[in-house]
Amino acid sequence: MSDKIIKKEHFPEFLKSLKESYEVFVPVRDGEFYAFKPLTDEKNVGLNFLNTRLSPKSSLFPQSERMFEYTLDEESEDGHIVKESSKDHPATAIVGIRPCDAKALRLVNVNFDTQQFRDPWWAKRLEAMTFIGLGCGDPCATCFCTSVECGPFHEEGLDVLLFDLGDEYLARSITEKGAQLLDAAGVTEDAKGNTKKRADELKAKAEQKISSHVPTGKLKEKKVLDLFEAPFWDDVAFACINCGTCTFLCPTCWCFDIQDEVHRSDGDRIRNWDSCMFPLFTLHASGHNPRSEKVQRVRQRFMHKLKYYVDKYNNGVACVGCGRCVKHCPVNIDIREVFKLMNEL
Amino acid sequence: MDYTDKIRETARKLLEEKTVDFIIGFKKGTLPMMTEPVLIRDPKDTDQLYWGSFCNINLANYLPKREERIGVIAKGCDSRNMAVHIVENQIKREQLHIIGIPCTGMVDRRRIAAFLDGKEAREVLESDGDIMVKGEGFEHTLKKSDYLQDNCIRCMHRNPVIYDVLAGDLVEERKDPDPFEDVEEVEAKGPEEKWKFFSSLIENCIRCYACRNACPLCYCPTCFVDESDPQWVGKSNDPTDTMTFHLLRAYHCAGRCTDCGACEQACPMDIKVRSFTRKLNKDVLNLYECEAGLSIEERPPLDTYRPDDYDKFIK
Amino acid sequence: MPDNPYLPYPVRIEQIITETEDRNLKTFKLVFLHKEDEEQFSYIPGQFCELSIAGKGEIPIGIASSPTEQGFLLFTVNKTGVVTRYLHIMKEGDIIGVRGPLGNWYPWEEMEGKNVVVIGGGFAFTTLRSSIVYMLHPDNRSRFKDITVVYGARSPGLLLYREELSDWEKRDDINVHITVDATDDPDWPYNIGFVPTVTEQKITTSENSYALVCGPPIMIKFTQPVLEKVGFTPEQIIMSLEMRMKCGIGICGRCNIGDQYVCKDGPVFSLARLNELPPEY
Repeated sequence: MSDKIIKKEHFPEFLKSLKESYEVFVPVRDGEFYAFKPLTDEKNVGLNFLNTRLSPKSSLFPQSERMFEYTLDEESEDGHIVKESSKDHPATAIVGIRPCDAKALRLVNVNFDTQQFRDPWWAKRLEAMTFIGLGCGDPCATCFCTSVECGPFHEEGLDVLLFDLGDEYLARSITEKGAQLLDAAGVTEDAKGNTKKRADELKAKAEQKISSHVPTGKLKEKKVLDLFEAPFWDDVAFACINCGTCTFLCPTCWCFDIQDEVHRSDGDRIRNWDSCMFPLFTLHASGHNPRSEKVQRVRQRFMHKLKYYVDKYNNGVACVGCGRCVKHCPVNIDIREVFKLMNEL
Repeated sequence: MDYTDKIRETARKLLEEKTVDFIIGFKKGTLPMMTEPVLIRDPKDTDQLYWGSFCNINLANYLPKREERIGVIAKGCDSRNMAVHIVENQIKREQLHIIGIPCTGMVDRRRIAAFLDGKEAREVLESDGDIMVKGEGFEHTLKKSDYLQDNCIRCMHRNPVIYDVLAGDLVEERKDPDPFEDVEEVEAKGPEEKWKFFSSLIENCIRCYACRNACPLCYCPTCFVDESDPQWVGKSNDPTDTMTFHLLRAYHCAGRCTDCGACEQACPMDIKVRSFTRKLNKDVLNLYECEAGLSIEERPPLDTYRPDDYDKFIK
Repeated sequence: MPDNPYLPYPVRIEQIITETEDRNLKTFKLVFLHKEDEEQFSYIPGQFCELSIAGKGEIPIGIASSPTEQGFLLFTVNKTGVVTRYLHIMKEGDIIGVRGPLGNWYPWEEMEGKNVVVIGGGFAFTTLRSSIVYMLHPDNRSRFKDITVVYGARSPGLLLYREELSDWEKRDDINVHITVDATDDPDWPYNIGFVPTVTEQKITTSENSYALVCGPPIMIKFTQPVLEKVGFTPEQIIMSLEMRMKCGIGICGRCNIGDQYVCKDGPVFSLARLNELPPEY
């Protein structure tokens, strides 16, 4: 669409004017890592970060969320009837989201918004959100986004993409929503040809810098039963401790649990992040558990991300190469190794 | 001290002579400061085995309820957990062939990350008490002893307490008169301050249970947080439920925890969860003169009764 | 599409029938509180609903009533966990919720003009009841050829819908073979033997037929080869599966077999389809 300039010295002002029309989320340093938090201090924004520890999926899909409420009071005419909890969905802007995380939200969207069913909370929050991405000039050693139809300056899922050119940002509006946001925040200075060239060079250099690659070309053609029965799963799964680290940090993981919690005579129905890594994930009331063994659960996760999702949605793999699971798995189970094993079977 | 060769040699022999069915050890990780636990059956694969200062996962975690004969690598703390497993009937002594590692401490990768302040380590090499950290445009040589894990700094049992073969010579134990100064700092706080301290400690907890799952002591078929019938603890990230999980887990580990630090190393949110268990370790030591896992002849302090047990809390 | 697919319709328990002598199975007759909900709710035999009990949770239960039965829904529920235990102590007049209809249905279009063999075991007979009532309805009967039913339980007291079964048994537009594994009742008028054994005796042709099979894993395991021997192809054998579910609408991610969600792409699958999927159920 259009390329504009925001001088870095004016960035706090830009954020301040954003705040007048949007609820703004920015990356903020929290101890040794970064997290997206509501903007409080325009001068204290951690945009020189690599990436946040937790993905920003929690802005559309919080870890715990009240779905409904009810009263169990027998006197009430609404007793035992489950009612929607009222929620606000104000216009929100998330500033500094990395292209991998933004694309991830689109990969997840095909799950929450289908032809037959639409998750109202996800969908409303997504509609209300404008995504201002920050391209990665300096990708991490563990990033492999370019192998999975993504990249350090990939535009999918973003409304605006910022290029960090040292003393200024080039702000490229990718959608109408993004152009409107830049307008509303008073960003009017057009980028000149030379600046655009610098931005292109930054992107090309960043894509070159990606040092980690995974093969994905043969995943679609491989037979699902061949992959399922492959001999390498025991080796892959041995070290796994079945915690929820990979699933909770992953921007494309979306599984959740629904629970009723009651306090005296009032209650809520809430949903919480859940993980296919947990042993009880598939436990039937009868006691039967199709995935009672650790290796079955580990296999499920990788099969889902690299095969079932591919077959079901024709949307590529459910992975954007952000590298969080690689960096933070306590036992160094590396999805990049599994990509190789599955693709080369 | 390079134990890798001795470990490989010992493992190969154990497999060739069929003394064990398989070996559980570490292989080099795909990231500079990580290692991955590995199970090896074929003597030819023992070249994958590796030892260094980042082998901080407690391999005793992979033992409970196994039926085979297992060769397993153990540093001081790991071997104590194996002793606890034996006493608690999770594995039999005869099943284990322990390759003991006299340990000079594990390096805390987060302390190195903090030192690098946002820069990525692309290569990390160890030699003779030095850690060389290389990245884009930098190279540092750090002293290993400056970057140890907190539990290693305070470690009182660096040598394995049970083993079948040693991978190196025994090392000198530390003689710290008071390894619990970190606990005393918290004990000195008033009740309000203590509550604030612990609440803010776990405010980033995402209930991933990495701490619990990395802990060798947590082998219950269904953990109390997962029970749904009856349900003891809520499953959301509500602060009260989260605090309940951490407090109760610490109490379930009381008298059994060896302070191996696997919980802290596993936590993806860098939470110092040992603050919960350290206090209990101190109390058990002071009240019952017991440290977990020092012998397979002794039962854990909280499942035995001695007539002279401290009982002043019974009023 | 409902605005909020997680929100249940409020319903009232109009009647509770204890089906089995061990009292573990009860049929609940549910009536919508709001007429407009009832009018929106149109289902096809084979589908299920999430029954929602405020304060306890939700359970996925096959719809036992047929859409030809107007004004109410029937669900037969086994007492087995937190939610079902509570449901079993609820009373007529209590309010619960229903979300649905969910899932796919038996392949009625494909079964037009065919012989239909219905094989059920234990308390998995619920959606099969829905199917039988549907087929026997005067508006529908002529669409299908011969209907044969083999239904068995461990003992006479554990059979569901006993009155209806004996009514159907007497009809001449349907062949019903009731069986029990064992009984010490000398006057037991029907068969004695496992469902697969009785199936082998009574089902002699697979020509132009579909088999709807629903039951515990062990019954299915031994019935499948019997049907295959008679010539049923995997495409002709239709099964309805169970899985742990929460959302019931293919979003929470837990009930998958391969890339298929049992709650949305199922629970009805042909054996041919199942054979293409990873055997993890």
